[in-house]
Amino acid sequence: MTVESTMENQYAALSPIFGRLSLESLPLHEPILVATFAAVALGSIALVGALTYFRLWGYLWKEWFTTVDHKRIGIMYMILGLVMLLRGFADAVMMRLQQAMAFNGSEGYLTAHHYDQVFTAHGVIMIFFVAMPFVTGLMNYVVPLQIGARDVSFPYLNNFSFWMTTAGAVLVMFSLFIGEFARTGWLAYPPLSNIGYSPDVGVDYYIWALQIAGVGTLLSGVNLVATIVKMRAPGMSMMKMPVFTWTALCTNVLIVAAFPVLTAVMALLSLDRYVGTNFFTNDFGGSPMMYVNLIWIWGHPEVYILILPLFGVFSEVTSTFTGKRLFGYTSMVYATVVITILSYIVWLHHFFTMGSGASVNSFFGITTMVISIPTGAKLFNWLFTMYRGRIRFELPMMWTVAFMLTFVVGGMTGVLLAVPPADFVLHNSLFLIAHFHNVIIGGVLFGLFAAINYWFPKAFGFRLDPFWGKVSFWAWVVGFWLAFMPLYVLGLMGVTRRMRVFDDPSLQIWFVIAAFGAALIAIGIAAMLVQFAVSYLKRDQLRDTTGDPWNGRTLEWSTSSPPPDYNFAFTPVIHDLDAWYDMKSRGYVRPTGGYRPIHMPKNTGTGVILAALSLGCGFGLVWYIWWLAALSFAGVLAVAIGHSFNYKRDFYIPAETVEKTEDERTRLLAAGA
Amino acid sequence: MSTDAHGDHAGHHEDHGHGDAHGHGTLRDYVTGFILAAILTAIPFWLVMTDALGDNQLTALVIMGFAVAQVVVHMIYFLHMNARSEGGWTIMALIFTIVLVVIALTGSLWVMYHLNTNMMPMSPHDMSQMP
Amino acid sequence: MADTSLTMTQSGAPRFHLEEEHHHAEGGSTMLGFWIYLMSDCLIFAILFACYGVLGGNYAAGPSPRDLFDLPLVALNTTMLLFSSITYGFAMLAMEKGAIGRTQGWLAITGLFGAAFLGIELYEFAHLIHEGATPQRSAFLSSFFTLVGTHGLHVTFGIVWLVTLMVQVARRGLIPANRRRLMCLSLFWHFLDVIWIGVFTFVYLMGMLR
Repeated sequence: MTVESTMENQYAALSPIFGRLSLESLPLHEPILVATFAAVALGSIALVGALTYFRLWGYLWKEWFTTVDHKRIGIMYMILGLVMLLRGFADAVMMRLQQAMAFNGSEGYLTAHHYDQVFTAHGVIMIFFVAMPFVTGLMNYVVPLQIGARDVSFPYLNNFSFWMTTAGAVLVMFSLFIGEFARTGWLAYPPLSNIGYSPDVGVDYYIWALQIAGVGTLLSGVNLVATIVKMRAPGMSMMKMPVFTWTALCTNVLIVAAFPVLTAVMALLSLDRYVGTNFFTNDFGGSPMMYVNLIWIWGHPEVYILILPLFGVFSEVTSTFTGKRLFGYTSMVYATVVITILSYIVWLHHFFTMGSGASVNSFFGITTMVISIPTGAKLFNWLFTMYRGRIRFELPMMWTVAFMLTFVVGGMTGVLLAVPPADFVLHNSLFLIAHFHNVIIGGVLFGLFAAINYWFPKAFGFRLDPFWGKVSFWAWVVGFWLAFMPLYVLGLMGVTRRMRVFDDPSLQIWFVIAAFGAALIAIGIAAMLVQFAVSYLKRDQLRDTTGDPWNGRTLEWSTSSPPPDYNFAFTPVIHDLDAWYDMKSRGYVRPTGGYRPIHMPKNTGTGVILAALSLGCGFGLVWYIWWLAALSFAGVLAVAIGHSFNYKRDFYIPAETVEKTEDERTRLLAAGA
Repeated sequence: MSTDAHGDHAGHHEDHGHGDAHGHGTLRDYVTGFILAAILTAIPFWLVMTDALGDNQLTALVIMGFAVAQVVVHMIYFLHMNARSEGGWTIMALIFTIVLVVIALTGSLWVMYHLNTNMMPMSPHDMSQMP
Repeated sequence: MADTSLTMTQSGAPRFHLEEEHHHAEGGSTMLGFWIYLMSDCLIFAILFACYGVLGGNYAAGPSPRDLFDLPLVALNTTMLLFSSITYGFAMLAMEKGAIGRTQGWLAITGLFGAAFLGIELYEFAHLIHEGATPQRSAFLSSFFTLVGTHGLHVTFGIVWLVTLMVQVARRGLIPANRRRLMCLSLFWHFLDVIWIGVFTFVYLMGMLR
């Protein structure tokens, strides 16, 4: 079918009310999806029923959905990430099973149509709706506490950002049961993603989910940059900021600098698909490789957006659990800044094979290899921090050590891929898949688990159960090595990515090993869920009354666990890099009187409404339901403008309330001592 | 107290009640900026419309120079950029953005130009006629 | 250190907290936050310029800039935008003096110049499409319409915002929140003017030189 004829037919035979949505759009012929839908529907009904029965809707709406408290928004981001992790991991298991089965003439159990959606959804969900919410949630929760602020710069915007991210995730989940998802791979390269080759709704789901979530991510980036620049407590100069805050600053700078590129590229692709322009087409002067070029200008900074905050986490954890000041704080900061800038001039290493020639390839190969220098400096800093320290192998520290061992391997295979001639051999192979899972699981996920175990007591007032935490740790770490080392081997043997069936039976054993690895990881995830449940049940034994369960060094440990709405009864004054350690060692006495009313922002439901309308707009655009898209868009404008007429957005927590809260803490501290 | 009263700068900050440290222009600023901008716009248009220099390459370079000058004029007289506002953060953000814009623009042009010469060796004129 | 009263007590012992509530002035981050947002917007335009730079010569055997662009019209359009910039400046000066009536007057004039700019641009687009130079015709035209159209969309949004602000100023006067918003819109408006310098130089003028 030629492109022009598709363009002509594209909008023909559309229902004015339902667009191209019809009963055939429901995947009733796919038993796997029907079963999944049944399970999800039953689960949802049970959840909604329980919430209604226990009359929790009002509480959820008032205290959580409409909250502008950075701590609660942070927790909601983490929950979103966790839920989507289960979805993304289910996709991963399906792929591993398919690849382990599809030998000796067997087609496996997934059709090509379904399998292609699975690997696309896996990538998209893991990056945009697992890693991003986790990282954003973590920064949201921790940064204001670390800099001694009461909230972020724009608390209402923060709520809006969260709901936009959620709306994007919901749109992706819609694609599971209504229509289909993209079958293009996670970056939807044209010409495959153009209307001629992907006339279905899949790529449109992809585009609008990313656009909606992208708005949230970008605004949350702006918000956190402004927060870190403007809201630091008195005395905290740039070089006295905790390392995690530094890495958060660099990450958010990268978000602000990179996500507009994604927005622009997605807009151009949607113009190609909806209007028939010729940016990335094969004819009329379009250039598909321009898309690849542009999307990696976003894509490479993106991987540093994911990993940088976790470098900050490892720094905090290492210094806390070795009981020492971080080795080489200044070099750590400069390394972070250098990585931030370098991450912008390496993008072409993702497509060395495009054919730009030797000069271009060698430039980008060298810049890529240069990045390993600041990264290596960081690793040595952590090692030197541990050297002759009193290391306490609590769970966060265990994850940190596992990270160091795993990430180094991933980093080295990365440098290997940065050599253009080697890349010509390994490009698009399972070696590449193994490499980036090695750095993303070994770096980002292990870091997140370290962070969750480290800051959970701060967020909820009780520690996580160490036994189930260790079960999860070992299952994850061993599972990871089992699942991905075979892929390195297969990649070196020349197996390309995204294959559904295989001819060579000698490869099967490696895929079977990888599938066992995935099963171990599944145990790791299950153990983590058990860990949460057990910790909740045993919360009285695990209670943290001091607010400082790990003998921490930074400001967040100076307030109670969980912190009060206003974070700090009095704004702290900072003299030293490890502010809380400094306060403890110089005999700081917590004030127990003289409280003042505290100025705080008010909750608002506007963010939820705007995100819901955006979701409606996205859904309308995916299915060509033009009236829905137009109405929702007009609604977004109207609600946003209407909200700007509301000038009363703050209130004061009276001094008596502060006193009551702080007296309770005084009582707890005395009881604990 | 102004909000940029942080860290080492705690001592020397302006006392702006609403916390904006963005400069405000004077009438003189705006009029100067407007006149300069008008001149810097008019000359490039004149150069291209009358082909005064007689050499396309030279004209292109000259009008690019004028564009850069006009951007600077707008930054100073209309956007009131200076190294002091917001403790230097606005100018830093601007410089960082300019660096990234230059990287993305020149990078894309460079990369795609090499792709075209390597993979589709033909003259720009042939390229423009490709269906 | 200049401000020891903040970090030390009278007796010289280190002070670890402020006794008085530390006010982060309301809206104190707004101008910086908005500026950062503008920088991100600048990168969207950078990508559109990059597309135009790479694809702008691919006419697909269709019309080229020389066949299409009408420089006197572009000059007129540029004048409109430049005028709207200085009138917005006058509105800001009136705002500084607290003169509500004059602020509103200059804002209205700014809006009219903006609308005139949009009108001319739409006329140009309609003319091009009428001649068969549609966005679908070639990669050159796709990137031309997208770049110039995105700028036009920003101006449209700016006008909507401007009208909203005029209503808000009429209702509540020049209170600090409204002043802050007017200053944000000022940044936005002048920023669009800066982008237009790039557009008329790289798209229109240099297009004629190709």
